[in-house]
Amino acid sequence: MCGIVGLLVKNQKMRANIGELMMPMLIGMTERGPDSAGMAVFTAPVGAKELKFSLYAPSMVFNWQNLVQELVTQHNTQASISVQGNHAILVTTLEVSLVKTWLKQAYPNVHLLSVGHAIDVYKDIGLPADVAKRYNLPHVTGTHLVGHTRMATESAVTPAHAHPFTAGQDWCLVHNGSLSNAHSLRRKLEYEGIEFETDNDTEAACRFLEWRMREGDDLEAALNQGFEELDGFFTLLMGTKDQLALVRDPYGCKPAIIAEHDDYVAIASEFRALAHLPDIKNAKVFEPSPKEMYVWKL
Amino acid sequence: METLIFDLDAKPLREVNQFLHGDASGLNGKAFVIENPNGAHSIAVGLKSDIHVTVKGHAGYYAAGMNQIAKVTIEGSAGSGVAENMMSGMVHVKGFASNAAGATANGGLLVIDGDAGLRTAIALKGADVVVGGSVGSFSAFMAQAGNFVILGDAGEGLGDSIYEAKIFVRGKVKSLGADCEEKTMNPEDRKILADLLAKSGHAGVNPDSFKQYGSARTLYHFHVDNAGAY
Repeated sequence: MCGIVGLLVKNQKMRANIGELMMPMLIGMTERGPDSAGMAVFTAPVGAKELKFSLYAPSMVFNWQNLVQELVTQHNTQASISVQGNHAILVTTLEVSLVKTWLKQAYPNVHLLSVGHAIDVYKDIGLPADVAKRYNLPHVTGTHLVGHTRMATESAVTPAHAHPFTAGQDWCLVHNGSLSNAHSLRRKLEYEGIEFETDNDTEAACRFLEWRMREGDDLEAALNQGFEELDGFFTLLMGTKDQLALVRDPYGCKPAIIAEHDDYVAIASEFRALAHLPDIKNAKVFEPSPKEMYVWKL
Repeated sequence: METLIFDLDAKPLREVNQFLHGDASGLNGKAFVIENPNGAHSIAVGLKSDIHVTVKGHAGYYAAGMNQIAKVTIEGSAGSGVAENMMSGMVHVKGFASNAAGATANGGLLVIDGDAGLRTAIALKGADVVVGGSVGSFSAFMAQAGNFVILGDAGEGLGDSIYEAKIFVRGKVKSLGADCEEKTMNPEDRKILADLLAKSGHAGVNPDSFKQYGSARTLYHFHVDNAGAY
């Protein structure tokens, strides 16, 4: 069992409070996922030539300034960093592959959570309320976000196994369910040169869909491929820089509920996570059908 | 009728349910309102007296499960397993219901005004279930007894491995499950359907606009030639 939550805020004024709006949703899904929690927030994009890297260090006490200094000196470049304990968001104009290679060599213990113009990812083990407090999640701002509370069923409870998973740039996925063909999918993707960071089944789905889109599929075509290839139970909630998307497996094994309001679209595993959203009484609340695609654009 | 209001924002659900499980002689004939249900699980489960409970909003999983005698009205939607294993009484969902509504219900009447999810009335054991909208796939799977009325459409595999429950569908059926077939509606069945339509707020709907489905009775006993159908 796991909990998924998503929020896309249409009302410009409410975007400053997106973190606060999300908190009762994420914490409301604690019973479904008490061992880890995570959130991807899509913020105002950085400059066209810049990229953001969400980083996770193994210890709450970590000298992030040293990391930036070394990066800047060794590459004769500029970079900035904003720090929240063991989490940091690095902004630089360096190429993705360069940053990845350098991190692996210089800081093998630092985990890269996401890359993109708009995406910030936070995730860790612990109760959702504790994880939210650790990273000051009530204060994030942005246009849309995707969150997850995890009750592990198939792989270890570690920060890296927590959701959201990311691949490529400005793409994330959270999953409630389990995939029975994750390993064969993974072997297929490894043959395509795609590298994995964990043995988690969700990572296989995340990298599969991102690979399809990199190969030229749009989101819809990629998800149709997903229905063909993914074997198991799933409700998947995905975020791109300007949209949220939701699918459920053909057997509707895992739940989802949607609230569409003039000001926002909210998605959760159960209504109790949506109950405290403003003016929810006037939202159109419905259950998504299995094997259908639901996509909301900014 | 005396009405008592419980606010779930102020009172724990367990206390409310325990109160509603109290001695029937003190409860019979009373009405209760549950405010701010906010999707909580197991609201008004296990009732066993002649009371009417109104839930003012959306209910979570297993609402009104195991109901006996009582009437429960949910003014919003219901999560998975509403009225599961109901024995008697009535449960009325004014919104939509999620998966497995009325699962294994033995008796009583479950009315859902909106759509119902997958596996509605799965393993039905004698209750009556009326859905105003459409139902999802695998509904009435292994349904043994009772009547299941669908005013909208049905998804895939309707009535798979069905025993003696009766299914009435007004809309389209995407596909029938193994051993489920269309039946000719006899006057007795037509009366059952007309009575259920009247009881569930669909009195104006013509019973002749429904098709009836039931068991072909080829899978009752194991036969090796049928192995592929199990």
